[in-house]
Amino acid sequence: MTLEHDLADLRVAAPPHLLDGALARAGLVDAYVVRPSPLGDLYVVFGPDGIRAVDLAEGPGAFEAAYSERTGRDVVPAPGPPVALGRLDRALTRGRPGDLPVDLTDLTDFQRAVLDVTAGIPAGEVRPYGWVAAEVGSPGATRAVGSALARNPVPVLVPCHRVVRSDGRIGNYSLGGPDNKRALLDAEGVDREAYETLADRGVRYVGSDTTGIACLPTCHAARRITDAHRVEFRSAAAATAAGYRACRHCRPKLAAA
Amino acid sequence: MQPPGPVRGSLDVNDSPSIDVAALPGRLAADLDAAFPDVVRALQDDVFSGALRMTRDRHAAEDIAQEAFARGYRALRTYDAERIRALALRGWIWTIAANLCRNRARSRSRRPESPLADRDVADEAASPESVALASEGPLAALVGGLPWPQRAGVVLRHVVGLSYEEIADALDRPVGTVKSDVHRGLAALRSHLEVQP
Repeated sequence: MTLEHDLADLRVAAPPHLLDGALARAGLVDAYVVRPSPLGDLYVVFGPDGIRAVDLAEGPGAFEAAYSERTGRDVVPAPGPPVALGRLDRALTRGRPGDLPVDLTDLTDFQRAVLDVTAGIPAGEVRPYGWVAAEVGSPGATRAVGSALARNPVPVLVPCHRVVRSDGRIGNYSLGGPDNKRALLDAEGVDREAYETLADRGVRYVGSDTTGIACLPTCHAARRITDAHRVEFRSAAAATAAGYRACRHCRPKLAAA
Repeated sequence: MQPPGPVRGSLDVNDSPSIDVAALPGRLAADLDAAFPDVVRALQDDVFSGALRMTRDRHAAEDIAQEAFARGYRALRTYDAERIRALALRGWIWTIAANLCRNRARSRSRRPESPLADRDVADEAASPESVALASEGPLAALVGGLPWPQRAGVVLRHVVGLSYEEIADALDRPVGTVKSDVHRGLAALRSHLEVQP
């Protein structure tokens, strides 16, 4: 008799966060972690199929309330990190999801295509809205690209802050406004002033007269062109007419050669 | 002679008395997503305790419990309402959890290094409290040292409190075999503890 009673006493209470963890794994609630960023604390939300939101908030309570209000789903602090936090932090710093799972199933095909292209823009560089439109095969759909990026559920991770107006203006930013967009670009070393000065002068492309290759101004290849060999173009037509071909890294939309 | 049912420990703080386990299948059939959190609340001490005593590792037990509930939820989504209403939930969750515990036990026994080294590789975030070996009592250590079928049978019968039929379902073994596993497990524990009849 004693042994059976002693065995029954081996029963213990489950840890308090087991419930949240189980519901998060079942996909009944989402789970979030808080990570530092140049903009302050970022709330990164994991659903059953990957990261589904990145947002700023005053604090955990405000974040949870706003998220539930917006999505109709409960969100709880992740009981354990859903992915290695080092990987997540690197992806957030680089603005590149890499092989982290990102859940974009609630978006349209067009929105997903826009975000896929945007995810490929390297840190420290910017691209015009029209360039993204051309990359997704809808040249001219510049406004639609703007609205798709405004609804990017995972800003910073998918770096919509790297998409700017071709006239050199920074453009809008859904995650707290244009100042945050500037802060992120500054943090990754974009020389915004130089870019804006060029844009004000009407310069859209820069080329090297030694290679005959034309780039978008912030392309890392363009930054290596010395002043003596630097050529500026105000339009794609001018670059093409001068016999320049498009850089394979930044893919400026010159006329097909 | 049937052993008495287990005496519920005083630590069942998560067992919400307001949850009527018998009413859960009906509620699940009516609205799975709304009722499922109560399934976890009602059964989490069962599953965590059982997994802890089978694996001797708090961290693994937590992981197994969460995974069992998540798989259970996904399975329920494929059941029709009739099948859900007919479920005996306490035994059913163990048809999922017992496999997870056994797989964990197997992967450990294949790697004969110390359990602590094993955990360090498997989980960089292992917290000190997940290392249960240091804090468990002698009886828990003996239970954890029984061969798998006896350990699973003893834990499910006497720690979790399932019936032999439920255990037979969970372990996919004949009832008679389960009974003899449990009896042999108890006998082994008694001889180690030198308990006088």
